[in-house]
Amino acid sequence: MVKPSKQIIRPYGDRRDDGVVQLSFTLPVPLSEKAKEAAAVFAKKMGFSDVKVAAAERAADNYTFFVVYARSGMYLDYAEIDVPEVIVKKMSFDDLNAFIKEKVGRRIVVFGACTGTDTHTVGIDAILNMKGYAGDYGLERYPGFEAYNLGSQVPNEDLIKKALAKNADAILVSQVVTQRDVHKDNSRQFIDAAKAAGIHGKVQLLLGGPRVDHKLALELGFDAGFGPGTKPSDVANYIVHALLKKEGKEPHGMHYQGEPT
Amino acid sequence: MPGPFIEDAQIDHARKLAEEIVNPIFDLIRRNTTVSTERTVLRFFGISGAGARGVPLANLMVDKLKAAGVLNKGAAYWYGRALHLGAKSPLEAVEKLTALPTDKLGALPPEQEQNLREEVRAEARAAMEDMKSRIAQREELRKQFPMSPAPHKYVIVATGNIYDDVDQARAAAQAGADVIAVIRSTAQSLLDYVPHGATTEGYGGTYATQENFRIMREALDEESRKLKRYIQLTNYSSGLCMSEIAFCAAYEKLDMLLNDAMYGILFRDINMRRTFIDQYFSRRICAMAGIIINTGEDNYITTADAYDAAHTVIASQFINECFAKRAGLKDWQLGIGHSYEIDPYRDDTLLLELSQAMLVRRCFPDAPLKYMPPTKHKETDIFFSHAYDVMADLVAIWTRQGIQLLGMMTEAMHTPLLADRYVALKSASYIHRAARGIDEEFTVREDGKIANRAREVFGQAMKLLQECRDEGMVAAIGKGHFGDVKREETGGKGLDGVLEKAPDYFNPFLELLEAA
Repeated sequence: MVKPSKQIIRPYGDRRDDGVVQLSFTLPVPLSEKAKEAAAVFAKKMGFSDVKVAAAERAADNYTFFVVYARSGMYLDYAEIDVPEVIVKKMSFDDLNAFIKEKVGRRIVVFGACTGTDTHTVGIDAILNMKGYAGDYGLERYPGFEAYNLGSQVPNEDLIKKALAKNADAILVSQVVTQRDVHKDNSRQFIDAAKAAGIHGKVQLLLGGPRVDHKLALELGFDAGFGPGTKPSDVANYIVHALLKKEGKEPHGMHYQGEPT
Repeated sequence: MPGPFIEDAQIDHARKLAEEIVNPIFDLIRRNTTVSTERTVLRFFGISGAGARGVPLANLMVDKLKAAGVLNKGAAYWYGRALHLGAKSPLEAVEKLTALPTDKLGALPPEQEQNLREEVRAEARAAMEDMKSRIAQREELRKQFPMSPAPHKYVIVATGNIYDDVDQARAAAQAGADVIAVIRSTAQSLLDYVPHGATTEGYGGTYATQENFRIMREALDEESRKLKRYIQLTNYSSGLCMSEIAFCAAYEKLDMLLNDAMYGILFRDINMRRTFIDQYFSRRICAMAGIIINTGEDNYITTADAYDAAHTVIASQFINECFAKRAGLKDWQLGIGHSYEIDPYRDDTLLLELSQAMLVRRCFPDAPLKYMPPTKHKETDIFFSHAYDVMADLVAIWTRQGIQLLGMMTEAMHTPLLADRYVALKSASYIHRAARGIDEEFTVREDGKIANRAREVFGQAMKLLQECRDEGMVAAIGKGHFGDVKREETGGKGLDGVLEKAPDYFNPFLELLEAA
């Protein structure tokens, strides 16, 4: 591959390379001229220049909320940003179902739950339930998937046991509550349980949640992670490609649109 | 009020259907009690402490009575028996009784039985008077510092540490909040006890304990005096300890509670019988204590689709109202829940949301109502999210909602930053100020999209009520009619805490509350 030439970029405010960014934050002091100056100093300490404290508001007796505009001298070479190249386009609902029928030749079995103490099913529901999310159908709606949503507060072991009984191809673990990193503790426990059950590395293990990203999921021992804004179709596409790669029907180095990175 | 849309006779019919649905459940409620109801009775008598490893004394005593197979006579009766054993304090009463061998727990001669009950009744009356005098203090403060006009702006704190919660609650009140909710720690609803004391560790929220209630109410009393505006406090009477939480809240002068006749069944998989029995006693306490309940129908449309399932919200509201009225709650105490949750990428969503909110207002004209902001379709683009919330502010003022939970622009990302609450409060105040009275200026056409949609939803709600009446509530829940969640009568958590009452069951607090 030919190394692309340099492409230097900066944030775009209303003019190329002006480096303008907007910030908002709160300082734990009463509103005053001194507080405003403190906000400006804080922005300068972060390396910004041309700092404009656009708004300083009394958020409470002892708290001031700021909106700040400033310029950053930072730049980056866009050519050096390395993200795997998209080869295959993300497939639509109908295309993906047809693709599963042709390439997999059976329904793909998926189990999902909020495990541990988490009671917030909004994430797993958005991905699995018939209705889906933001006009994107959930996995239950796909003829190509056999999806089971076990709901909330499911013990990790139960989820694994039930998934094993149906020969699941993929297990989705949703973790919404993140206080004191409880999502990480529970996710680690899930992976331990998966290892104990002998399915780690065999069944696709997926982690999702508002504070989850692919990197964190990999660190915790999952095969993939899905963060905020994930559509059911993203998860569906991932599962199909991962399954085909596992079965040797797609090359491992093949990348596709929407692939978690 | 814009447009009637629906005829009075139809609304009366919906209420009648709800009554017929709820009636059979009252047989269940009358015949049975629960461990948590009995623990509440003990708490009324002042047994609020905890023993070894933090186990509440009420739990120790009730568990012992249950194990001995005698709890079905009522904890109040055994409390009386314990006092006759010469106990000088509630703690000693617990110890005396739990030390007794089971064969010593037989009936007394009839006259003694009668006397014992009268003595316990007298003590119950005194405990109730004490409770009422505490509530009178709250009423006094409310009179001295009137609240802002509705919609009351409701915001949440959820740090896990009650002392941090206090700082955030004060800041929110200073920024214009009218109601502070302290979100409970994840899964507290599944604990079959109320944790004890002040707590500083919680997940996704702060444990609801009587001491935490006291600490927060004290801070808000202080803030109310400073701001010359009464700030309300709310918590969550749901899960396995509905009536105990209601007691703690009443005693610590809370103003509102989330309290729903079916929420625990559907969203926490708590057993149906347990929930129906517990909700009744908890609501009796709320009725007495002047607590506004908030029902949870808004949750239905976070699982089911808000457009398709709009009628399930209305049907459930009639059922929840009926349960509430049967427990003695007045219209002004019914914060009936609904929300702004239709997918914003559809067309006409402002009209659809107005239609739904107007319909709820039309069905429950004298209830404050509790309006929830968008959550399900929130995006991490905070600027869009903020605009989206502001539309809910407009619908809230237009349809005269009594209680409005403010949407947070960082919903779907993290628990609100201090500034998120400030921004939400500032813009809600603006919209409320800008549009107050808008409902009296605009007449909604009876043949337009808003009215037609309201009639359509109401019609579907009537059909669902009819079905619930014909098949029974249990079957309706079994079919997943509410929130797309299916539950069995004997499934879920907490069924083993339900007991059939003995013929001589005794609960002087229930007697007092029902006589009121």
